[in-house]
Amino acid sequence: MNFQSKTKADFKVVGTRVPRPDGVDKVTGRALYGADFSVPGMQVGLILRSPHAHAIINSIDASDALALPGVKAVVTSSDLGVPEDEGLRDVQDNCLARGKVLYDGHAVAAVAAKDMATAKAALKLIKVDYTPLPHVTDVDAAMKPDAPVVQEARADESVPEGSGPNVTHYCEFGHGDLEAGFARADKIIERSFKTAATHQGYIEPHACLASYGTDGKADLWCCTQGQFMVRDLCAGIMGMEGSQLRVTASEIGGGFGGKTTVFIEPVALALSRKSGRPVKIVMSRVDVFRATGPTVSSSMDVRIGMTRDGRITAGEAKLRYQGGAFPCGTVDMGAQAAFAAYDMEAVRTQGWNTLTNRPKEAAYRAPGAPMAIYAVESVVDELCQQLDLDPLDVRLKNAADAGTKSSYGPTFDQIGLMATLEAAKAHDHYHAPLGENQGRGLSCGFWFNFGGNTSVSMIINSDGTVGVTEGNPDIGGSRASISMMAAEELGIPYDKVRTVITDTNSIGHNDVTDGSRVTFAVGLATIKAARDAIRVMCGRVAKIWGIDPDAVIWEDGAAKPSGPNAGNFEPMTLAEIAAISSETGGPIAGHHEVNAEGAGVSFGVHLADVEVDPETGATQVLRYTVFQDAGKAVHPDYVEGQMQGGAAQGIGWALNEEYIYGEDGLLQNAGFLDYRIPVASDLPNIDTVILEIPNPGHPYGVRGVGETPIVPPLAALSNAVSRAIGVRLHELPMSPPKILKAITAKG
Amino acid sequence: MVTVKLWGSLRDHAGGCEVVEVEASNFKELLDALVVKHPGLKPQIDRGVSLAVDGLVYRNSWFTEVKPDSEVVLMPYMKGG
Amino acid sequence: MKNIHVSTTINGDDAEFVCAPEETLLDALRNRLGLSGAKEGCGTGDCGACTIEMDGRLVCSCLVLGAEAQGAQIKTVEGMAIGEALHPLQQAFIDHAALQCGICTPGILVAAKNLLERNPDPTDTEVRYWLAGNLCRCTGYDKIIKAVQIAAADMRGA
Repeated sequence: MNFQSKTKADFKVVGTRVPRPDGVDKVTGRALYGADFSVPGMQVGLILRSPHAHAIINSIDASDALALPGVKAVVTSSDLGVPEDEGLRDVQDNCLARGKVLYDGHAVAAVAAKDMATAKAALKLIKVDYTPLPHVTDVDAAMKPDAPVVQEARADESVPEGSGPNVTHYCEFGHGDLEAGFARADKIIERSFKTAATHQGYIEPHACLASYGTDGKADLWCCTQGQFMVRDLCAGIMGMEGSQLRVTASEIGGGFGGKTTVFIEPVALALSRKSGRPVKIVMSRVDVFRATGPTVSSSMDVRIGMTRDGRITAGEAKLRYQGGAFPCGTVDMGAQAAFAAYDMEAVRTQGWNTLTNRPKEAAYRAPGAPMAIYAVESVVDELCQQLDLDPLDVRLKNAADAGTKSSYGPTFDQIGLMATLEAAKAHDHYHAPLGENQGRGLSCGFWFNFGGNTSVSMIINSDGTVGVTEGNPDIGGSRASISMMAAEELGIPYDKVRTVITDTNSIGHNDVTDGSRVTFAVGLATIKAARDAIRVMCGRVAKIWGIDPDAVIWEDGAAKPSGPNAGNFEPMTLAEIAAISSETGGPIAGHHEVNAEGAGVSFGVHLADVEVDPETGATQVLRYTVFQDAGKAVHPDYVEGQMQGGAAQGIGWALNEEYIYGEDGLLQNAGFLDYRIPVASDLPNIDTVILEIPNPGHPYGVRGVGETPIVPPLAALSNAVSRAIGVRLHELPMSPPKILKAITAKG
Repeated sequence: MVTVKLWGSLRDHAGGCEVVEVEASNFKELLDALVVKHPGLKPQIDRGVSLAVDGLVYRNSWFTEVKPDSEVVLMPYMKGG
Repeated sequence: MKNIHVSTTINGDDAEFVCAPEETLLDALRNRLGLSGAKEGCGTGDCGACTIEMDGRLVCSCLVLGAEAQGAQIKTVEGMAIGEALHPLQQAFIDHAALQCGICTPGILVAAKNLLERNPDPTDTEVRYWLAGNLCRCTGYDKIIKAVQIAAADMRGA
């Protein structure tokens, strides 16, 4: 059965809006998240963090803390080894600083105590002697040759000679003759942009509970986007064998990429090992802001040439990203994604990553892409304004399509950009009238989407129900989608299937819930596991009927003879086969393990209407519509939910959200009051239009949908604001003071 | 022979070549052959690369088949959120 | 300082607990009474994940001391369903996909229930302003507002 040969088109379960299996638990308060686990004898773990942006740790004296009654253990980096692997070493050094603190909030030491009050008192008794060092938090300042050096000698071989000491990585992509392209342009616009670092802003702070036994076996419960990632990183840091550390993922209260690494889990394990007791650590919101996430901040230059009739002749982008105090490769993805929406004859993107004294960047929904595409889509929009062209027509004229050589190299297969643009053009939103101080903006968005390592097992219970076991935390309703695909393939009702997410000792490896991969890859493995179980069931039926297994087919949830030649037998349903499994050879199951490939790229187009108050500079989003290709929307409610949620995060990024560092290098707004994410009254309804251009790499045509929707809002809002106020901003967020300044400067 | 397209910043580590021809029938053979031909590519290949074969991106599957007429583009190893 | 003995009513049942003088009501509910439906997202009253009802008023339980619950009527998400019957808001949230990760859901449900008891027929704008103290990072609020309105219509009809 080679499902790659045809994409299924007629669905019974897939595409419906069934209730999610974890719904009742989550509306009644029964669902257990990271901070909701407790065990007897549990100690409270707290982490001491750096008050400096950059400083040498001369000494740590915990003797007074350890003398406090009720304190069970104190750990520092000296309680851990020094991993050989550079990446693992960075993860560990971010969890507990070694030698130097690299940013405000960097973890220095941790304590386990009988209760919170004791743990807090103990933290105050730990004496750390620091020698402060010069610091740098701005991306452009960090790239200068004489900038304070965050870490010595971290540049990889890609970095050209003569780059500043903090530059760790350089990349370049593109094709064609750039200068010849610009020579053909009637209009060339070059602009520089800046975007602030933003936090993923999940409402659930990181939390974990570690229990390390004297026999070297350990259990860890935590909220994470990937229990196997946690297992591998923690086992590496703790010097444990993977099989001895069982990690169970709790329900997860949001992640958006921010829970794709570890911050507190190795610390809790180290405290548990040292104290001989279970230890729970729950981060405070302040610490979440200071020491986890955020995404990169950027400084970018974009130059695009266009003919009078709207054909892009050449495009160039220079992207400078800072990802905090440790090297990161996020700029690679920005540089590849920047011009992905366009069919370009000549394109070049260059990217630099620099270290700064800020927290280590963590992935945030389409990492690296939103800021790069914001800059490109802003310049395209300005060209449209200056050449008096319709911005949608210009996108249609230049849109990438099947057969286009993408700006990052490969030639596109079936993609949905053109259809998405056409849907936007046909939508009444695009033609609705606008009032005074109002403007309409649009932007394309793109994300690559990934597959990755995936394991699924499926049991056929003797009562005809089905259990699916998988290993990817459900971050937005994926258990429903997985159950739906299992039911679809087996030909049984959705409510006969229950999908659970299991621990690291109970199923094969699964990559983290990232890259918009779960519905695609876990879905694919589920379909294959179902086909494995069907093969077993058809084999059993073949024996009962005394015919060749190849003469039994599976249709509508039952085994049937393949045709008149196979014999005349009444179909046997899954429930009938399951009921006699004991007699026909034992329990029936299926499984599938794969490094899934073939995730299709995803494009979206957003339309935004805004009104800017000329007195205050405040922007109100009046109307918002998201158009996106989902390949096949397995559960349309949750596809829409991804589109709406991504749009809301992007709106926050465009208008309000930013990490603000003072001259002292300390984070000024580490809380939801001052780091303002959109609240319900900030937003309008977010309308959605799902397009379904099947992904040829998935049996049902599924594409990842989760990440693309955060990409377009940045430019869509910026383009809308510029049209509303008649002057363009080149910096995010477009907070009221900045808009007011722009209006005033215009006069 | 398979023609592999390198991204811009890799070319400095491959004698300025935009494309490299190697004898390979799968991803693993292709990577090994690239390193033999251009040892300067090894650090990036060790850090991780993806491979786009006829438009589909493969992150690290050694036995992904590549044919002489396949469009093969080397890309950095990528992660999502 | 000595712990304080507190007698209170939670979801209609008498309840007693001891807590430290500085302990929040949220911590007392979660750690002393096993009611972990209310969540701590910030501890500073900014996110609303710990929203409960106290004597008919919505409060962030992270900003209330446990000791203040003495003699009060407390209602939490755990008290919304009656036996097997979900509250119409709970049912609407499931039926209309008004949650993704679900961490903000208990606080939003408690807040929305309080709104509908005061105003059975709110406008969308009224719902949005009423829930402005409850942060959700997954949904963009669209399906939440719609689910509240569907539940409101259902409750008006009932």
